[in-house]
Formats: sequence, structure tokens, C-alpha cells
Amino acid sequence: MSTSLATPPLPPAAAPARALRRPRRRATSLFSAGESQVWLTGGALAMCLLMILGLLLLVVVQGGKTFWPGDLVEVRTHDGRVLLGEVASEERYTPDEQALSALAEDQRARAQTLLGAGEGTVRRRLLRTGNYELTGTHFTWVADFEIVAESHPEWAVLLERQSWGRFYGVPTAFLEGEAVREEPDAAGGPPRALPPRPEMFTRVAEGPAQSWELYEARHDAVRERWEARRELESEATGEVNARIERQRLGVRSVELELEGVPTVKAFKAAVAAEIARERWTVAKAAAAGAGRSFEDPEPAPPPARPASRVGAPAEEAEIFARLAAAMRAEADEAAQAEAEFREIRGRIERLNAENARHVLLFATADGQEKRVPLDEIVRAMAPNQLSTSGRLGVYASRWGEFLGDEPREANSEGGVLPAIFGTVVMTLIMSLLVVPFGVLAALYLREYAKPGPLVSTVRIAINNLAGVPSIVFGVFGLGFFCYTLGAGIDELLFAEKLPNPTYAKGGLMWASFTLALLTLPVVIVATEEALAAVPRSMREGSYACGASKWQTIRRIVLPRAMPGIMTGMILAIARGAGEVAPLMLVGAVKLAPELPVDGTFPFVHGERSFMHLGFHIYDVGFQSQNREAAKPMVYTTTLLLIGLIVLLNVVAIWVRSRLRRKFNAVQA
Amino acid sequence: MSRVPPQKGVAVTTPDADVPSGRQSAAGASADVVKSEIFAAIARGETLATETHASLAGMDAVVEIDGFHLWYGASQALHSISMAVPRGMVTALIGPSGCGKSTLLRCVNRMNDLIDSVRVDGHMRLNGDTIYGRAVDVIELRKRVGMVFQKPNPFPMSIFENVVYSLRIDGERDRGTLEEACEKSLKGAGLWNEAKDRLQESALSLSGGQQQRLCIARAIAGDPEVLLLDEPCSALDPIATGRIEDLIQELKGAYTILIVTHNMQQAARTSDTTAFMYLGRLIEYGPTEDIFLHPHLRETEDYVTGRFG
Repeated sequence: MSTSLATPPLPPAAAPARALRRPRRRATSLFSAGESQVWLTGGALAMCLLMILGLLLLVVVQGGKTFWPGDLVEVRTHDGRVLLGEVASEERYTPDEQALSALAEDQRARAQTLLGAGEGTVRRRLLRTGNYELTGTHFTWVADFEIVAESHPEWAVLLERQSWGRFYGVPTAFLEGEAVREEPDAAGGPPRALPPRPEMFTRVAEGPAQSWELYEARHDAVRERWEARRELESEATGEVNARIERQRLGVRSVELELEGVPTVKAFKAAVAAEIARERWTVAKAAAAGAGRSFEDPEPAPPPARPASRVGAPAEEAEIFARLAAAMRAEADEAAQAEAEFREIRGRIERLNAENARHVLLFATADGQEKRVPLDEIVRAMAPNQLSTSGRLGVYASRWGEFLGDEPREANSEGGVLPAIFGTVVMTLIMSLLVVPFGVLAALYLREYAKPGPLVSTVRIAINNLAGVPSIVFGVFGLGFFCYTLGAGIDELLFAEKLPNPTYAKGGLMWASFTLALLTLPVVIVATEEALAAVPRSMREGSYACGASKWQTIRRIVLPRAMPGIMTGMILAIARGAGEVAPLMLVGAVKLAPELPVDGTFPFVHGERSFMHLGFHIYDVGFQSQNREAAKPMVYTTTLLLIGLIVLLNVVAIWVRSRLRRKFNAVQA
Repeated sequence: MSRVPPQKGVAVTTPDADVPSGRQSAAGASADVVKSEIFAAIARGETLATETHASLAGMDAVVEIDGFHLWYGASQALHSISMAVPRGMVTALIGPSGCGKSTLLRCVNRMNDLIDSVRVDGHMRLNGDTIYGRAVDVIELRKRVGMVFQKPNPFPMSIFENVVYSLRIDGERDRGTLEEACEKSLKGAGLWNEAKDRLQESALSLSGGQQQRLCIARAIAGDPEVLLLDEPCSALDPIATGRIEDLIQELKGAYTILIVTHNMQQAARTSDTTAFMYLGRLIEYGPTEDIFLHPHLRETEDYVTGRFG
């Protein structure tokens, strides 16, 4: 290459061409050139880069391919088993003598040939065969010499199901049940919807192609109903439950005001009996009006309310009156809630009954028949028929589910949205806490404190704090924030909920506090350096204009130091978002029932437990039952976590570079 | 007999100390200096009176300095300085490096307070108000004094905000007042025509000479009673230096200016009165013309004619 570039258009001879070349340095030994350390230092850097790139490459490749749908393989083994599944991994191994001796004569000869070709090893593949409820296993190893026939059946279908993991089989028919029937409710509620009877199904389509067509036509509607049902189950029910709980807490808080008064128990019993009797009377009248029979036994007449104690203050009677009112409100709410629950249950039953009408019938590879209701199916595909664009569609759809949905099957399937959410919210709250604290502390250390042994000691202590193992911060967070501060808050503000803890347990807020503490040294050190780098001439200029120290700090020093402070914040985010160990103690959980931010007042619920991507990786990778299926999810979640931290950092770096441009235009 | 090293630095306290290397390497001029009685007296640590020209007597003084001493920790940097800075005139402080002229200048607005080890003694008054007193509010004092430093030090904000900085920290919010002050100061500093269309741009986008004039504009925005210039041209090229010198001439009269300079020609060109300092002492103080053409002391003549320094 270099010669051709250096050669003039008309190459006369070799000599002028050589003259045009860059003068070559005389061959000298490395040591005489005095640059042997170039190799030492460059080599060290290359090693670091190699390791980092290797790690990134592993995570990106493994995490990236998790969701790619591979072909389905059907194999028939020499002992008559038929397996259908996706190849998850393959390796070479040396089979033991026993396995070989169990083979038939011709099989053994084939195995010996394979072994000879593979220098004593033979390939085996791990098939993801699914169908856990039928086979009791998710994965099966198959060695090449065991196989007598292998094919890629056109109509092999892969189902991702709501429960039980994946299913592999061939659709044989589409069943449709009878129309939804209704039955009057015995308790006087809205009519109940009944699912179709098992014998009332008709085969509306035969064979894989027709069944598949029907599946595709109906699946979306079924899933929509399923989503609607899930929302009813979680949100609508949760909302009613929250109202009941609020009333219960209302009673409890009034009760707490009467702590130590001996007649409270008797009073409550009397009021409860009064309410029960009133309800009974009303219900009886309603039944009579509707012409229904009413057979509830008549409650006993309520006992008299206990008389106030002699010498009790006047307020006590007033509190007792409020207690009675609160109990009445609670009873009203409960009656109201019961009606609403009936209503919600009716809607759920109707959706369920409608969904239960649509069933796909499958034949598994080993010849069993399996009915799969359509609403159980999250996603279905026939991978062997998929074109590349079809596979891309599946790939994108799986990523979409991963990023935007909740986990299922003990976190090994479905999405990680709650974990992403928890990670981001926790990191943001942590930054909001740590940056002001760290900056103020650094300002005192650098601008106000008189240099001396004390300040030096403090500085050394801060630097050492950065080296304390994070689990120690976790223990401190649990002991101090949760069990001391949290318990105090509970006693002051949430006494009616005791003994159930509100803040006296791990939660989003305490986790953010703990991580803020953990990252505080990083921010302080970075801010101190940034403050020290503000030129003395700037401060003098400000003082000469008659500015006070604080004015100088606020108007000149802090803006100048802002990029450096941002650097500290970036480092803190990078450290905090990736931390797991302390979070296990102060609030990260395997599965959080509710997101820490939602639509109910006060919108950010610092006391709630949350999911975290780092903890999710640990949980999926090492606490999961289905280890093989979880492994790819570990890589994918790792990829996501790295991506998320990079994203947070990129945003912070972008802000910092804008600030830099603003403040460091020309002058050094 | 004691000997003084030919240049700045340590006053030799041991009478018999010999400094052959310093003498041998110095040019012949240093031989005259060594003979100087005044320098010999300084070396002996004697106090000596400043040679103040009689023509300065009776002038209206803005800053009066009276028997002023200053120590950095244990070492004394200013010895019994007494002088008066006349109103509406330009007073130059000249002398070799380390003679204490910048230190003296920074005493006027108490910038030396920022250094922990500094200790002062003596009197200094600004328009009759004492500068070093228990009850003096340093912030208020600094608002009455403008200062410009060696290196241009505009703040990392817009040109406009730079100029009105001293008004801002006083809590001035009225846009009209600020704009008026900005225009007046920029015009005063001769920067208005160049900067009026880019007031909202960063001050750091200006050239070095423009930045220094911006600093002057910032210093005069607060209408100071005295303007301190600490070698304002030492970081500038000759053309920018010329513009600053012209500006000093324009500001003269409206403002009282105290300027420290290394450049004797600059002192001769710009100032009305000149003070020559050496090793922390004020040696001679008089009208610039007299100091440069008819100095009373031979040491001053040696310095202004470039025989040492």
C-alpha cells in the first residue's frame, strides 16, 4: 500500500520511489531508543480495553440475541422419544461408556464414527422443550448419536403463556364454546355469567392452517378482554380496598385518642351490635319489598353503651361520639364496598366466560393432546414459517414487552418495567438528595473552614468513607433510617397503622437516603476540586466590587464550579444506579405489588418497596427455579441496566458540556 | 560596613555578610547603588523619612496614608509609608519588583484581609474616613474603591452583567437604572462602541484588551472615590496598552487614580505624581516631571534612568 501511494505516476525505477518515502528510522534496539516503557504502558492500556470490550461484547451479544426467535427442531431418538423445541445452546462432551453400551448395535457403530471424527467428543444440544406441566422439565439435552430422525415441522408452534412457561406443539383444531349463559344471583346482585360447559364445545376449524387463521382473528379481542379483567382485578378492587382501609384507620385513630380508657371495648361492641341490627332490619325490608325470602337470623339486641366514667373530662364523651360516627362510616363504606365488589366480580366473570369460549387444541410432539384457552396465550408463532422480517417483528415485540410490561413466571419471563421505573426514580431522588448536601459540605470545607488538622482529618475521613463496603451502608441504612427514623415517623404520623410498619421498613425513600450517603464522598471530593479550580482572580475581582463572601460564592464561584459539580453528580449516579448490596437491606424486593409513583395522593410513595434492575439480575440469575430459561434474561437485564446508566450519564454529560461552553469560552 | 544585594529581596541583617557572587555578576551600575547611603541605611534597618516634594503640600488628598506598616507573618513588607493621593490626579507607584507597591495598593481597599497572615499598623484614610478601624465595614469600603487587576478577570457571565455586577450585589433590580449605568460605564471605559451590540454575549468572548477595559468599566460602575490599577497593562500587547493609557488620561479629573506600574515610560506618560518605592520604603514622592527630570535623590535618579531595577 505505502509503496503504491508513494510511487509517482510514471515509475521509472525503484530509487526515486524510495526517496519519496517517509525516511525510515534507523533500526535501533528498543532499549537504545529509550522507549521500552511505551510497550509497558501501552500494553497495560490494551489489556484494560480488551477486558472492558470483552465484557461489553459478551453482554451485548448474549443480551441482544435473547429475544431472537430460532427455528423449532423435532428430533426422534433411538429410544423412541420425540422432542420438539428450540436449540438453546450446544457443546461437545465425552459420553460415558454406559450410555454407549445401552445403544443398539448399528447405533453404537454410528456413535463410534461420530466420536472418532470428533476426537473422542460428540456434539449435544440443549433443546428448550417447554410443556412443563406435561413433562416436568423445561429443557432436555440431546446428543447427536441418539438421534434417528430430525426435522423442522412447518406447523410447529411456540406459545408464550401467561403461566407454566412456554409450550411447543402443533395446532390440530380450534374449539368454540357455547354462548355465555346467565344465572340470577342468589344474594340479589347482578346476574352471574357462566363459562361454557366442557361438553358444549364445537370444533369450528380443523387442521393447523385453519386453526391458526382463527387464532389470529380472535386473539387480539381475547387479550383485550384479558387486560380489562386484569385492570378490574388490580386497580378497581385496589381502589375499593383502599377506601375501606382509610375508614378502618379513621376508627383506629379515634380509638388511639381513648387509649387507657377501660370502657372502649364495651362501647365498640355495643355500637357494632347496634349497626348490625339496623342492617338486618333494612335488609329484611328490602327482601320483603322484592318478594324474596329472607332467612338471616335476627341478631341479638345490642347491649347498652357503657356509661361515661365518673370524673371523666367532657372531651371524652365527645371522642366517644366521634368513635361511634367513625364506626358507622366504616360500616357504610363496607356495605357500599360489598355492592361494588359484587359489581366488579360480575364484570370479571362476564369477561372470563367470554374468553373461556375460545380454545386451541394442540398435539404435542410426544402425542399428547392439550387444550390451551386463548387468553392464556401471550404470544404465539410458527417460527419455521417466519421470514426474516417476521422474526424481526417478533424480536421487536418481545423487546417491547420486556421494556413495557410487568414480569410473570417468577420474573423469568415478561417485562421489567417496574424495575426500570424503580431504578430511575431511586437514582433521581438520590441525586436530588446528595448533590445539595455534598455541595454545601464541600463549600464549607473549601471556602469557610480554616485549614488545619481538623479540616484535614475531616477530609481524610470523607475519602475513607468512599471506600467503605456498600453493604455497611446498607446495614446502617436499615438500622438508622428504617428502624430508628422510620419507627419515629410511624409513631408520630402513622400510629393508627401500627403494628404494621409504614416507614419502619425498607422503602424507596430510605433506599435513596442510603445511596445518597454512599455517594456523598464522591460529590464532596469532586465539588471541592471544582471549587479549588476557580481562579483566585475571579474571587478577588468580586470582592473588589464590594461583594460579600456569600455573594461571591453564589454569583461567581458556584457557576464556575458547576461543570465540576456535575462531574461529581455523574460519578454518583454511575455508582448509585449500579449498587445492589445495600438495596437488598433497605427496600429492593423481588416483586413489588405497586409502583412507588402513581395517581393516588401523595403520588410519590417513599415508604413503598420497589424493584431494581440490579437486584432483578441477582434474583433472576440466582434465585430462579428455571435456571436455564433465566440465564438469557440475566444478560438482557444487564444490557438494559448498562444502557440505562449510560443514558443517565449521557444526559448529565450533555448538561455539563453546555455549562462548560457557557463558562469557559475563551479564557483559561 | 554592610552591603546590600544589588537587586530586590532580602535585606541583609548581618553586617559582615559578604555577597561576592551578586556583585560580580551585576553590571558596573550596581557599584553605585552599593555606595548609596540610603540603601545602606535600609540595610541597617534604620527608619528614614520620605523625600516628599514641597510642591505637593497643601493639595486636596483623597487617600491619606500615615505611618503605615505591614507584615506578612514575621517579615515586614511596608515600612512607615506616609503619602497623600491628590484628588482628580493620577498617582503612579514605581519601584523594582517586590518593593511593596502592589501590597500598598491592595491596602487601600483592604484586599490584603483575604490573606490570613497579614498584620498592619498605622493610619490610612479615604476622604477622611479611616480605613483600618474596628467599626469599618469592609464591604462598604470596597464599594467606595474601584480596582483593576494585572490579568483581566471578567466574570463568566454576559458583558452587561459584568458591568452592573456591583449594582446587582447591592440588590438593584430596575432594568432602566442598570442599563443606564452599563452604558455610562462602558462609555467611560471606551468600550461602548465595540460592545453595545453584544451586551448579552459572554464577556469571555472579548479580546484581552477589551476584557481589561471591561474590568475598568466594572470598576467605575460603582462611582468609586478612588480607582486602583494594579499593573493594568502587564498582560496586554502594546496597542491595547496604548488604549488603556489613553483611557487613563480621559478618566483623570473625574476619578482619582492610583496606578502601580513596572513601566517607567508609562508612569512618565500617564501620571501627575509619582512615588518611588524600594524594599518596602517610600523613598521619594513628588510631581512626575520632577521625579523623572529633577529627582532630589540620587537613588531615584539611578532607578528612573535605568541604572538598576
